[in-house]
Amino acid sequence: MVVPGRAQKTDDAAFLAAVAELREATYSDKTAIAERLINTGHPRVRATLTALLEDRLAFRNSDNRAFILKSAEGDPAVLIDPLTLKDAGQAPADAITKVGTNNTLRRTLRTALARYSLASPDASVRLDAVREISQSLDENTLFLLRDRYAVETDARVRKEISVSLAMGALDSDDAQARLRAVRSLSGSLNQDVRNRLARLVDDEHDAAVRSAASAAVAKIDSWRGFYGAIETMFFGLSLGSVLVLIAIGLAITFGVIGVINMAHGELMMLGAYTTYVVQTAMPGHIGISILVAIPAAFLVSGLVGILMERSIVRFLYGRPLETLLATFGVSLVLQQAVRSIFSALNRSVVTPDWMSGSLRVNDALAITYNRLYIVLFTLIVFLAVVLALKRTRLGLNIRAVSQNRAMAKAMGIRTEWVDAMTFGLGSGIAGVAGVALSQLTNVGPNLGQSYIIDSFMVVVFGGVGNLWGSLIGGLSMGLVNNLLEPYTGAVLAKILLLVGLIFLIQVRPRGLFPQTGRAAEDE
Amino acid sequence: MKPRATIALVLTAGIVFSTAALAQNTIKVGVLHSLSGTMAISETTLKDTILMMIDAQNKKGGLLGKKLEPVVVDPASNWPLFAEKAAQLLEKDKVAVVFGCWTSVSRKSVLPVFEKDNGLLFYPVQYEGEESSKNVIYTGAAPNQQAIPAVDYLMKEVGVKRWVLEGTDYVYPRTTNKILEAYLHLKGVKPDDISINYTPFGYSDWQTRVAAIKKFGSAGKKTAVVSTINGDANVPFYKELGNQKISAENIPVVAFSVGEEELSGVDTKPLVGHLAAWNYFESVSNPVNKAFIDQWHTFIKNNKRTTNDPMEAHYIGFNLWVKAVEKAKTTDVNKVIAALPGLETPNLTGGTAKVLPNHHITKPVLIGEVKADGQFNVVWKSSGEVPGDAWSDYLPGSKDIEADWVTLNCGNYNKITKKCSGQNYK
Repeated sequence: MVVPGRAQKTDDAAFLAAVAELREATYSDKTAIAERLINTGHPRVRATLTALLEDRLAFRNSDNRAFILKSAEGDPAVLIDPLTLKDAGQAPADAITKVGTNNTLRRTLRTALARYSLASPDASVRLDAVREISQSLDENTLFLLRDRYAVETDARVRKEISVSLAMGALDSDDAQARLRAVRSLSGSLNQDVRNRLARLVDDEHDAAVRSAASAAVAKIDSWRGFYGAIETMFFGLSLGSVLVLIAIGLAITFGVIGVINMAHGELMMLGAYTTYVVQTAMPGHIGISILVAIPAAFLVSGLVGILMERSIVRFLYGRPLETLLATFGVSLVLQQAVRSIFSALNRSVVTPDWMSGSLRVNDALAITYNRLYIVLFTLIVFLAVVLALKRTRLGLNIRAVSQNRAMAKAMGIRTEWVDAMTFGLGSGIAGVAGVALSQLTNVGPNLGQSYIIDSFMVVVFGGVGNLWGSLIGGLSMGLVNNLLEPYTGAVLAKILLLVGLIFLIQVRPRGLFPQTGRAAEDE
Repeated sequence: MKPRATIALVLTAGIVFSTAALAQNTIKVGVLHSLSGTMAISETTLKDTILMMIDAQNKKGGLLGKKLEPVVVDPASNWPLFAEKAAQLLEKDKVAVVFGCWTSVSRKSVLPVFEKDNGLLFYPVQYEGEESSKNVIYTGAAPNQQAIPAVDYLMKEVGVKRWVLEGTDYVYPRTTNKILEAYLHLKGVKPDDISINYTPFGYSDWQTRVAAIKKFGSAGKKTAVVSTINGDANVPFYKELGNQKISAENIPVVAFSVGEEELSGVDTKPLVGHLAAWNYFESVSNPVNKAFIDQWHTFIKNNKRTTNDPMEAHYIGFNLWVKAVEKAKTTDVNKVIAALPGLETPNLTGGTAKVLPNHHITKPVLIGEVKADGQFNVVWKSSGEVPGDAWSDYLPGSKDIEADWVTLNCGNYNKITKKCSGQNYK
């Protein structure tokens, strides 16, 4: 602990003077001031610069004094004195002026502040700090890392530091040291390491080091290529699972009771809006609200579906063209309804923290959480629907009616009720799909329109009336699309997919897995 | 002539005269913005802006002693319908001026109608340039007032060496990217360091593209994305950037179509720090802008509604038209068009908008970083206003073309062959 004395006082004055310069500095000046502040080594530098980084450093308009704000938002703002770090009263938000930052300044601050995090008790904080510091390696930062390496106990942090130290050693004058560094880096998958080694291949004089470096680059490239392929497969799988999710509901209504429901997309839209409403209703619990929204969306869309079936669709059975037009009309009504209720603007659905970010497998492969959850979610929904159709009384009835309506009726099944329930089930699944879509795209009146074509495509491709067909169809369409995309671009990939689909329908008019048996021949 | 027919004739004449008399008491102002369909999101706000301006003008006593009367039509985001509704406004309602259109394709669709019926259109949105019509005043930014300065900022202030030009697949991004590509080549950027890619409207599966951008950006040189991605596709794009851990500090994205209005409907967390280039931001603090924002909140009866760049363009356009009518002392289209070049009106960022002979206006260029509250933090501002250039200087076919409706009376004049062609050739 420093005893406050004369020296401390002058330090404080210099520190405050430097901070005061931030008030009217340009962004590039601010970067220089920040670097100067760090060099002063004043004990309050960390708190002040952290506040600057987090948009919490402000000047009081009345006396131009600098304060740290307790939080970036809120009116009145709670002021904290930058020297004592004690509460310094409050000020209305328009009586203070915040110090703005730009990307370059924040970048500098983040790297500068990382050195303070090196001593954090939390290993993951230390790991991030090392990664941050390794972005700007020089003598000072290497010295810091070497110091940390001597006392570091966590294996992952040690590994990360040793990679950084090896990167630093590549600049060494000693060829043997460079060679050792290249050898230790050859197992890495990091892109920065690869770029650095590739530069070394160009600049190196020593033949042994050069050949070792080029071998290391080749090794890293081949591993990165391998993980890149896995990544592409995952992208395809995740696009495919979205396609499957939006098609399951349609596979039930279109496939089982033969209704072309053009309002299917709007039922998904209702599900997405339900998510928005649930989230607005429970503002403090964003993480759970998504889970609550799933049954809520199922009920809302399911009830709207049953209402549609009872009031419109049931009068039109056996007249597909009229059904198509009527349900298209319903879709327009639903779109305009949400426009009137929620306005034409998109609604903001917040992504909960547990769904954002990515799962870092290694330096070359990271899987985004939202896609991962949606793949799992699709599988769960699919299995639930399959079980519902195979194992429940309702499922039995649905299958009976779809196979032979007259016979089912003769056996005492209320076919009208079964129709309504089937339509409701399909619509409810559409609502559940809407919850997932709210995490991927905009929640707005046009949400349904952008997915309806895709969902029909999957059902037709997979074979009408076959849930497993929709699953295989959707997944393979997603995979093919994403395998093509890097070579052809998104627009051409979609066109090629559609052309391929047209040819397939020529060869197999009933899709990949057509329904067989008596029921199919009745159509 | 039978008596009954005579009565009918007198009655009809009476009706015609009375409507004619009524028409003389008001000046009709056409509003041609989509109130339904995809574009309703953006265009409804512009309709309300013009209604607010008309309302305020009427409270000041109208124009030339007459009240202004808005005629609002709904072209429903349907491009051919834009032409039909424009013809209706000009031929049936006989409006003195039209404020309208958003997308370039809608403007292209109404252009022949305005030229045939000799109407006057104020177009308020940033666009790709390569056009100058006698009958249109372009109050939005031309590429040299938005795209080029943004690229300059990234090159000089951020030190960007590698460029991803990412756009939605239609006329505005394709033309803008063509101009930018030519400009970057001129500045010595190698073809290897430029990646251009297009995706369809409303695209939402950004995983592959973002992974490709990440890979492109990891070559050890500072990389930036110049985004002409349109409307709805933006949110999933930024979300994916956030999920794949690409922050604005590593690879900044500068967008030309993301404004306050678009941000009001999204979770802004993944966007913080990314850039937008416009000629106006709601966060610009000065008394004129504050008065405008207050007027807007009072008119729309909602304190949470944002203002944005195309609204400012309509504010400027409406005031310019009022000044031109006062100067010409008539609403006659030819005289108003003749009065417009050279007119000046204050803009909302503390400068002046001046109508140029090429029917574009002068505008300041501002670059802002997105903040968590959906507003922009201005990080760069052009010194003074930049005059709008209709024909880009960086495209091979276009750099010899000049637009001048004052001395040359031509929107497409080739300086080398000394010939006027294309737009309104006479």
